[in-house]
Amino acid sequence: MITILKNRMLKGVLTKKIAWAEPRVYETAGAELKALIAKKFGRSLNIREVDAGSCAACESEIIACSNPVYDIQRFGINFVASPRHADCLLVTGPVSKNMVLALKSTYDAMPGPKFVITLGDCAFDGGPFKGSYYIEHGAGSIVPVSLHIPGCPPDPETIINSLLNFMKI
Amino acid sequence: MDYRDLLTELTQQHGISICKAEEMHPDEVYIWVESRDLRAAAAFMNKRLRAPVSMLFAQDRKLRNEGFVVYCVFLSSQMKKWLFLCAPISAGDPRFDSLSCVVYSAALFEREIREMFGIESVNSTDIRRIRLHEEVWPQGRFPLRKDFKEEGGAVPSQVHYGFTRVEGEGVFEVPVGPVHAGVIGPGHFRFSSAGEPIINLEIRLGFTHRGVEKLFEGRHHDAAALAGCVAGDSAVSHAVSFCHALEKIYKVPVPVRGRYIRAICLELERLYNHANDIGGIAVDVGFTFPSAFCAIIKETVQSLNRELFNHRFLKGVLCCGGVTRDIDDERMRLLNSTLKAVRRDLGELKEMLFSSVSFIDRVDTTGILRRKTAEDLGVTGVAARASGLPVDLRKDFNDIYEIARFRIAQESSGDVLARLRVRISEFEESMRLIDEFAHNMPSGPVRAEGFSPQAGCALGYTEGWRGPVLYWIETDPSGAIDRCKIVDPSFLNWQGLAYCVLGEIIPDFPVCNKSFDLSYSGSDL
Repeated sequence: MITILKNRMLKGVLTKKIAWAEPRVYETAGAELKALIAKKFGRSLNIREVDAGSCAACESEIIACSNPVYDIQRFGINFVASPRHADCLLVTGPVSKNMVLALKSTYDAMPGPKFVITLGDCAFDGGPFKGSYYIEHGAGSIVPVSLHIPGCPPDPETIINSLLNFMKI
Repeated sequence: MDYRDLLTELTQQHGISICKAEEMHPDEVYIWVESRDLRAAAAFMNKRLRAPVSMLFAQDRKLRNEGFVVYCVFLSSQMKKWLFLCAPISAGDPRFDSLSCVVYSAALFEREIREMFGIESVNSTDIRRIRLHEEVWPQGRFPLRKDFKEEGGAVPSQVHYGFTRVEGEGVFEVPVGPVHAGVIGPGHFRFSSAGEPIINLEIRLGFTHRGVEKLFEGRHHDAAALAGCVAGDSAVSHAVSFCHALEKIYKVPVPVRGRYIRAICLELERLYNHANDIGGIAVDVGFTFPSAFCAIIKETVQSLNRELFNHRFLKGVLCCGGVTRDIDDERMRLLNSTLKAVRRDLGELKEMLFSSVSFIDRVDTTGILRRKTAEDLGVTGVAARASGLPVDLRKDFNDIYEIARFRIAQESSGDVLARLRVRISEFEESMRLIDEFAHNMPSGPVRAEGFSPQAGCALGYTEGWRGPVLYWIETDPSGAIDRCKIVDPSFLNWQGLAYCVLGEIIPDFPVCNKSFDLSYSGSDL
């Protein structure tokens, strides 16, 4: 217990100030959806993440967003355990054939209004796995995508910047 | 012991005729036998070398009018050699006697060969597909055959994937996945349970199958980038193994400094992943402070990775012939000072974990994987070392590690605590090794310039942070890849997880899972 208290004091606050940068993203959300997001979601966003065949590097960076250094929760963004609690579906990976059904079901299980964000180069068009016999051509062919965050993988700062910019929180 | 003695024994005592035995590389011996003798030969090797099947894979040589070849690979750490048993299989009637009834570690590989090539392993107990799920993939289409063509509109196979059913009064099933509650890869776990303890756990994987092995075909050395994307958290280990195989085929001498920088990258990868796992074990029993502490350590190492090599996962550092980026003096100082801070943090972390009685109570004697089970299943890497098996490729093959006086981390109890201890001692050892490497590293080029692509085959291997990562590659005369077989340690270790949770309660599954920390994408390819 003493060690924990001591380290709590010694480490202090490590959380980084996120430097504002205009992120390089591909946005396909219409003005209507943007208005809806601003109206309905206010300053919070609950995200359900689905790995549709990624190499786990994107997952690692998404988890890093919640670590003490980046602490994405201070901006009102949460990662939730069930699609029923989610406003937004975050998809990584090129969508392997085996994950098509699971991805669709997860999307269907979410209550509206809802939207989809893809993260990482694979989720856009297959990335390095383009041309394989066992993948779909990115998540866009399965669910409607409103925002894409590029990178292999995008680092936590880019992820946070892109989300905040999209939400205009 | 010499491999020729083994061959004599095989011929004289077991009556197996050896068609040809050749030493393709100083550390690889190819022994050609008839396909009817493959099973007996494999059983002999397994007993005599006391080694599980490291790899078992097929190759389609139809374009050369030869049919198929099945390779069964064993590692002899005593001889410091990889022994390949090779058996030609006729294309008209592709089958061989199942090895798994005498050498169990071959079981998963046989299922893989059956689904990918349509080569039948006669009398094997399990013929279900692993990756090409019955729900989406038709029967009779074998993607790794050379004459495979992608066609749309095929009807999925009507065969149902049969889970093992446990029956009896009060037995119930808990299906979990493929989409889990956390931010994690997809896999399906089916627990059969009566009351609290788990009676059976069946793990169905393959959800992240992307057809990586096929994608390598026809590619050249530029595919190192693809190797880095097979398993994102093992980007360096996969790329090193890939490059190692091609360098053996193309006969490229990697400069000494390049090899040192590769070793530093491997150890940096081990550091951030082990930090992540130690934190994961803590949080899975509800001990959150050390977990946040580990997240900070991981972040520190990953930021260091970016400073040194411009990528947090070290993707793109490896290339055929060496590495793309040198570490200059200024960065070397940064490396040293960062590691000093990390070392101090690790000391605090250990004190936090081991002074907490309730934490130790949760991990001690939880999820025991016995040595014998680990041996039979062919479990490798961290999990094997925690169960008392002294296996580590770093001690067997690598002179850089020998100069740095590498010490293997080992425990014997095989529980979560043992795996945690192995990770912590490997973490400490990795920091010491990086210091040694930085000290021993000579100056000079980091990359061999110019090489001539040529035909050949070779095994590339390295001890990644999970365990050995193996790449077997054969190239055609233009130097393009004809067949690339990848084995990630996760592939065999998943079975170890399924065994170690038996008798435990379902709430302890996450901590057992995290103590193995296996890759979905590496196993599914």
